[in-house]
Amino acid sequence: MILNFYAIKAIFKFEMSRTYRTPLQSFASPVIATVLYFVVFGSAIGNRMTPIDGISYGAFIVPGLIMLTVMTQSVANASFGIYFPKFLGTIYEHLSAPISSFEMVIGYVGAAATKSAGVGCIILAVSFLFVPLKIQHPLLMLALLIATALCFSLLGFILGLWAKDFEQLNLVPALVITPLVFLGGSFYSIAMLPSHWQTVSLFNPAMYVISGFRWAFFGVSDVPITISLLSIVILAIVFFAIIWRIFATGYRLRQ
Amino acid sequence: MSAIVKIQDLTKRYDDGKLALNDLSVEFMRGEIIALLGPNGAGKTSLISIICGLTTISDGLVTVDGFDIQSNYREARSLVGLVPQELMLEPFETVMGTVSLSRGLFGQAQNHEYVEGLLSRLSLWEKRDSPIRELSGGMKRRVLIAKALSHEPKILFLDEPTAGVDVDLRRDMWRLVKDLQAEGVTVILTTHYIEEAEEIADRIAVINEGQILLVEDKSILMNRLGKKELLIDLSESLIEVPQGLAGLGVRLQNGGRQLSYSYDMATEKSGIPEVLGALKIEGIGFSDVHTEQSSLEDIFIELVAER
Repeated sequence: MILNFYAIKAIFKFEMSRTYRTPLQSFASPVIATVLYFVVFGSAIGNRMTPIDGISYGAFIVPGLIMLTVMTQSVANASFGIYFPKFLGTIYEHLSAPISSFEMVIGYVGAAATKSAGVGCIILAVSFLFVPLKIQHPLLMLALLIATALCFSLLGFILGLWAKDFEQLNLVPALVITPLVFLGGSFYSIAMLPSHWQTVSLFNPAMYVISGFRWAFFGVSDVPITISLLSIVILAIVFFAIIWRIFATGYRLRQ
Repeated sequence: MSAIVKIQDLTKRYDDGKLALNDLSVEFMRGEIIALLGPNGAGKTSLISIICGLTTISDGLVTVDGFDIQSNYREARSLVGLVPQELMLEPFETVMGTVSLSRGLFGQAQNHEYVEGLLSRLSLWEKRDSPIRELSGGMKRRVLIAKALSHEPKILFLDEPTAGVDVDLRRDMWRLVKDLQAEGVTVILTTHYIEEAEEIADRIAVINEGQILLVEDKSILMNRLGKKELLIDLSESLIEVPQGLAGLGVRLQNGGRQLSYSYDMATEKSGIPEVLGALKIEGIGFSDVHTEQSSLEDIFIELVAER
């Protein structure tokens, strides 16, 4: 047995079934939140905004909104997915099963990313109802959507492994992830900031990801697309390395 | 019988410095039911957790059917099923869902026929689509057993299987354990209830302070360490033990209605003929004679005290 495919499939299926059990929480709530953003930012405020890089504000925020949701949902899905079995104690079964940490990561991160990428697609579909959109690089857009979902699901997985209680599980997204994503240019171009804040933004990894995603839509971005692509790859490698390290030491899993 | 689990010089020291297992060596034989008997904190759960992969080894070697549990963990763990002590289950998942997860985790393709048979055997088939939170405590324990057996393991570990379990389930569980043994499964259970070990096990390993005090066939253990007591119910009450009997160590009890005489089964001469002879000489009439054997509890207390 080189790779325990049945285990990966079982974890994936089990995690996805959680989604189907709670369709309102899984799909309806992010969609409603997005619609609200569109109404407030797109229609009410957007009408008074000048176009950014020749793109109407309503359209400009679409990639940002999708990224906002995909990043936060990926972290939430993956962290909860692995934290809940730890909390319940049912993780004993994974630890006693003939599975490698790699297979566990594929199962959990794969399911979390599938869910959040799915929500991202739903939001994109909803966006078409509000603003006229033309995506310049649809394939790249899709690839980036999936890559971002995977990358931030890895981050969520780390959070779920690390968290000792529900407070820690909720605190990190609220104090770290959400601010990074909001300040990463979801709703504005970095160029609109005073220069010292532009410098600060360069240290925000979320900014590179959002910029790249926006480039796939409109062909304009805050940083060159190659740097965005590179940064996603680096983030994924860093997150994967941290997870590998956690499993190698048994940290907070095996005594 | 060959050994299916071999444990050599196993030491476990937790991060907080607690020494749970201290250079422990033991072998579990293929197809046997063995009880790990010891007080709380003796190291029973640590030992099981290491064999099943929940806890890391500090030092020593453990093999399952020849596979090192560290370097060949896939092969080793595929053979093992674990029923944990606590009712750890995902409350919102269905019985079928959680058992299917278990089977998949252990690398087996879904087999509807086998799972149906397993759930029926544990009286869970009717409940297969129920969310686990709707089940009673006893049903939840059955689900844990179903999960542990979902991948058709060769070795089943039961950690304190009867803690908080009612009489029905306990009886069903022992029947299942015997059936599994008949199918060739090795069953290893931990308990601090001596009656439980006495009732179900072929062999008993007594564990205390992270070490195995002894491993022995249950009957040999009882013979080796067991004291027997000869009880003589008298036709008429006595006020004191007649001299001829007192000299042999016979005591009077039950308000003068019964004589008791303790003897060691390991010694060649039990002394019973002398006691019966003395009864005749003293002219004491009796209505019944029977013997009682010391329980494992007595044996265990004796063993721990020896150390």
